[in-house]
Amino acid sequence: MHPLRKQRLIVVCIIVIGASVAAMLIASALKQNLNLFYDPSSVAAGDAPIGRKIRIGGMVVKDSLERVPDSLTVLFKVTDYHAEVQIEYTGILPDMFAEQEGAIATGQLNGSGIFIAEQVLAKHDENYMPPEVAESLKAKKKINSATIERNSELTNEPILIPFTEGANEQSNYN
Amino acid sequence: MANWQWFHRLGSPKWLHGTINRWLPWVLVSALVLLSIGVVWGLAFTPPDYKQGNSFRIIYIHVPTAVVALAGYYAMAIAGAVSIIWRMKVADMALRAIAPVGAAITLLGLFTGAVWGKPTWGAYWVWEDARLTSMLVLFFLYLGIMALHDAFQNRQGGSRAAAIIALVGTVNIPIIYKSVDWWSSLHQSASIKFTEESTIAAEMMYPLMVTIPGVYLLFAAAVMLQMRVQIAHSERHSRWLEKYAINRA
Repeated sequence: MHPLRKQRLIVVCIIVIGASVAAMLIASALKQNLNLFYDPSSVAAGDAPIGRKIRIGGMVVKDSLERVPDSLTVLFKVTDYHAEVQIEYTGILPDMFAEQEGAIATGQLNGSGIFIAEQVLAKHDENYMPPEVAESLKAKKKINSATIERNSELTNEPILIPFTEGANEQSNYN
Repeated sequence: MANWQWFHRLGSPKWLHGTINRWLPWVLVSALVLLSIGVVWGLAFTPPDYKQGNSFRIIYIHVPTAVVALAGYYAMAIAGAVSIIWRMKVADMALRAIAPVGAAITLLGLFTGAVWGKPTWGAYWVWEDARLTSMLVLFFLYLGIMALHDAFQNRQGGSRAAAIIALVGTVNIPIIYKSVDWWSSLHQSASIKFTEESTIAAEMMYPLMVTIPGVYLLFAAAVMLQMRVQIAHSERHSRWLEKYAINRA
């Protein structure tokens, strides 16, 4: 290769590598701020500010959804399987919102640890399958989770599954 | 250096113009055929999703456009690198040809994403989401490169600046790709996986395997059309183009 072109090639490499390193440094410095939402654990640990607009995300706890009579207000809890946060929301929930599914709420944490949401979004996972497949998977899982529950009773330890692993595997959470 | 001959030939606008003319109909037709098959298959002959029902079907347009928006950026950045290193006129034309097509396809990806977001998430757009924002940055990078080309008095200055921005912007591509894994995001992570089993049922994935190459080919056809315009502009004083134009007329 011509020396001049070689030199330009090196310049091109330096630009790309330099920009990548700079972007990496910025990203790691802003790591926390680049997250869309707080998880319930960091709320429980007191990391989330009170009275400021934030987002909280997690799995909607099974059997936690309550509707306040004669209003659009709903109460539910979200969890990351380490901690739970009580959320209060007045409005219409998205169609995909369901218990044991991911949800992200925007709003403010009040003094007593209840999150007053002004917007609730449903987070769906990356699993796509026809309804029949989902049915048969569900049937299989019932057998599996029964065995897991039995095992966890033996060891007496909770099974912790991270929130992002997808909704389907978490039917054994209580 | 016989091995480099193809590369030098690629540098000839005349040769490239002829090649584009020969290939364009085939590329365009196969793009349309693949897209028609994939879209009809995806809309009519694929089962609905167990949670999303029919609204998931926009995946057959959304995912291909997003994939090509990223791949197209790499193609543009490589053209930028070649234009800087070898000062190749054709590489600069390619850079100018890809930018508007890339911007259009990115916009399509953003738009289909918003349309899909409303029924599933409950919102068209969520600010501060790493995937959504980095994709918007990609759109602005394409627009910025287009604007930069014409922001200079001399054509060469514009080309150089645009090529450098194209190279710097490549850092955004892995960020877009990994954003859903690195940070908590409303956007779900990738369903088609290279290292493990995909989390999309096979019969739902097949139409996607048709529309992805379909959009790639459509992108290629659009870039070829743009490229022909670029060649015509830069070779407007040359004898061969004049002859070609007279022959066509």
